[in-house]
Amino acid sequence: MRDVVVIGAGMTKFGELWSKSIKDIFVEAALSAIEDAGVDHIDSMYVGAMSPGLFVGQEHLGAVMADYLGVTPIPATHVESACASGGVAFRQAFLEVASGASEIVLAGGVEKMTDGADVTDTLATAADQEYEVYQGITFPGLYAMIAQAHMHQYGTTREQLAAVAVKNHRNGSKNPNAQFRSEISAEQVMSSTMVADPLRLLDCSPVSDGAAAVIVASMDVARKLRKNAIRVLASAQASDTIALHGRKSITTLGSVVSAAKKAYKAADLQPKDVDLAEVHDCFTIAEIVVSEDLGFFEKGKGGEAAASGKTSIECKIIPLNTSGGLKSKGHPVGATGIAQIIELFEQLNGKAGARQVADAHIGMAQNMGGSGASCVIHILEGK
Amino acid sequence: MIGIVGYGAYLPRYRIKAEVIAQQWGMDPEAIKRGLQLLEKTVPGQDEDTITISVAAAKDALKRAQIDPKEIGAVYIGSESHPYAVKPSGTILIDALGIGPYVHVASYEFACKAGTEAMYVSYSHVKSGEMKYAMGIGADTSQGAPGDALEYSASAGGAAFIMGMERVVAEILFTNSYTSDTPDFWRREGENYPRHGGRFTGDPAYFKHIVGAGTALLEKSKMSPGDFKYAVFHMPNGKFPQEAGKRLGFTKEQMEVGWIVPWMGNTYSGSSPTGLAAILDVAKPGDLIFMVSFGSGAGSDGFIFRVTDEITKVQDRGVKVREMLDHHKIHLNYGEYAKYRRKIKLNE
Amino acid sequence: MITARYHREIPQRYRLEAGKCSGCGEVNFPPRVVCPKCKGKKFETVRLNNEGTLLTYTVVRVGSDKFSKETPFPVGIIELNDGVRITAQIADADPEDLKIGQKVKLVFRRIQEDGKSGILCYGYKAVTV
Repeated sequence: MRDVVVIGAGMTKFGELWSKSIKDIFVEAALSAIEDAGVDHIDSMYVGAMSPGLFVGQEHLGAVMADYLGVTPIPATHVESACASGGVAFRQAFLEVASGASEIVLAGGVEKMTDGADVTDTLATAADQEYEVYQGITFPGLYAMIAQAHMHQYGTTREQLAAVAVKNHRNGSKNPNAQFRSEISAEQVMSSTMVADPLRLLDCSPVSDGAAAVIVASMDVARKLRKNAIRVLASAQASDTIALHGRKSITTLGSVVSAAKKAYKAADLQPKDVDLAEVHDCFTIAEIVVSEDLGFFEKGKGGEAAASGKTSIECKIIPLNTSGGLKSKGHPVGATGIAQIIELFEQLNGKAGARQVADAHIGMAQNMGGSGASCVIHILEGK
Repeated sequence: MIGIVGYGAYLPRYRIKAEVIAQQWGMDPEAIKRGLQLLEKTVPGQDEDTITISVAAAKDALKRAQIDPKEIGAVYIGSESHPYAVKPSGTILIDALGIGPYVHVASYEFACKAGTEAMYVSYSHVKSGEMKYAMGIGADTSQGAPGDALEYSASAGGAAFIMGMERVVAEILFTNSYTSDTPDFWRREGENYPRHGGRFTGDPAYFKHIVGAGTALLEKSKMSPGDFKYAVFHMPNGKFPQEAGKRLGFTKEQMEVGWIVPWMGNTYSGSSPTGLAAILDVAKPGDLIFMVSFGSGAGSDGFIFRVTDEITKVQDRGVKVREMLDHHKIHLNYGEYAKYRRKIKLNE
Repeated sequence: MITARYHREIPQRYRLEAGKCSGCGEVNFPPRVVCPKCKGKKFETVRLNNEGTLLTYTVVRVGSDKFSKETPFPVGIIELNDGVRITAQIADADPEDLKIGQKVKLVFRRIQEDGKSGILCYGYKAVTV
């Protein structure tokens, strides 16, 4: 397969975008990415979205967006993998260019969550409908069970969970597109409303509207355009049992371990070679577990690492979620995976402003669906 | 020999005390407790209903009987709070317990005596030689109108009895029934709560039928009250069954074990059946048990049981009624009770 | 209306019927067409043991619409004595009294309803022993 690069990016602000429809936000992000890339056409497009049908009653999103972007008759495909929809959309774009089938592909993601649908019910469709959701469990509930088990097995503490939220808000306060741009304290996290013991409101990523898009192209196209191209070193994806109770271990995300192994191998790198990573912090515990399962910290030591600052921008051991993560940046489900790529694109181009990680050369994006039933990982390389 | 081969009972863990209800409506708690001889009643959890109660009771009946569920030829559930107006409670129960599919199922209704009707019909099927085993269940999650006298007693619970001919633990010697049209207590279709005729529910209804059936049963059997170790009657409150027993010639001591209403409340179709289960939990071989139920509308079913040697083998195989009455209780305040009993208008 | 979807799961929700792979002995709950372990396609029906241990749990305080009137309620992952794991609510329990490793058994309860006029849906919940 030939080399693939990202040559442009664009996204909307994430938040409660009452005046904009799902079509409005996707087109805004897509046009911004196309302009940033400087391309005059795209060959194909992928639209990652978890559940436009349930959120706004609209399926067939590939066609809808190609129509509203004014790019028909190019092929346009809706990609779904719950919260990993964006990351998987990116992977599809990558594969299409890598295979030589296309030269320039748009990979976008979008979610419009505030139009009145039952968000809890809709998000729950990412879990096992008949044997988890039927029983009354919610998404915070599933991750809360992971948290309880992790705390029981490894001694991870309530304070360590809070440290993740505090760090992500600090990063997000420097991100102009973030939904929440204010810092929070550990006390605020630990006194916020309990959602599912031990997870409180400020341990949970918010409900958001938003869209993000990147332009993926071949090296040839990048050279012709003389663009700041960021190379995709590896793209890996893995699946695991849909139900949390079906996993080999409740405290290890098998799909993350599996995808990470493939990604490191493909890029011929090790965890210590990664300079920064955007990880899927749908809940604070998720960031902790993922940081272990990506190999950044020993199993069980993710909480301690977060609390001692090892994942902060300043510390430089392995800055996680410099964008603010899902927690502070927001989590319009389908857009998240693409937004992660955008953060890496900015960082590796030295354009991350106040969030810039010094000497950022290798970046990783880890996007995950449901309680870990799907995971997609990309490793990107700067110049 | 035909009779009960297995029995089981179930009471939810939740309770509300009579004084809590009294305080809610500005009544004198002590006067209520004295007058009705009620201390507390059972309240079904939000996830419990007549079907789940029946399943729990029937599970213990199967445990005690130790028979293959597929040999049960009929299952009847008597209740005045069947969860569906149209769809029998029994179909869910048989699938839960692995009974059937070659089984008769029907729901019975006759106010508080629907349970004993179910028991009687099950017994009759076995007696006629039609089938090897049949199960009759009485269970309810009855509602009392807020602020009404019946709110102190309307409770939840039930008991299940498997009738058969082998390894009988309590032989059924005699049965009878006494019925007449009496408008003492009723609920019209679509109404949330039942209505009743106040003091009319006493002598012209409850006492007339219990004493009527009881007297006729004693005559039929040519027995007298002194022959019995235990007596149990339908228990709408603490006072009525004691008075009924007295009128028929039974003593307080004979009624004591089965008189569980002060701690349970009135489980309607589960009332005397659960009282019977409480008796069977402690009965000894040779004991004679006299039971008369009552259902408004009105009617009474009478039974005379003789406990056999087999009883001691089965008593410990299931949960005992006294255990459920005395332990693992969760007391609710009125708000929680109103929420659980869906007495609060929701925005649906 | 979830009538058919509900009806299909009755043997599992009411009687804990699982599929035991005739090839490798792995027990799948609910039953499957293909054994994930040995890819076998022949199974025998078995009933799960209804006692087990609480592996982890949480207390759901913000529920979906259907369960919003029942919060807070505990939910946990239970490993039944035959090794199969399931997710279930823990009924009649004070959340303060629960702990990982707690012994539980499964009971038959009403799990949800399909609205005011739809069907009633039953299944299993755990209670502490």
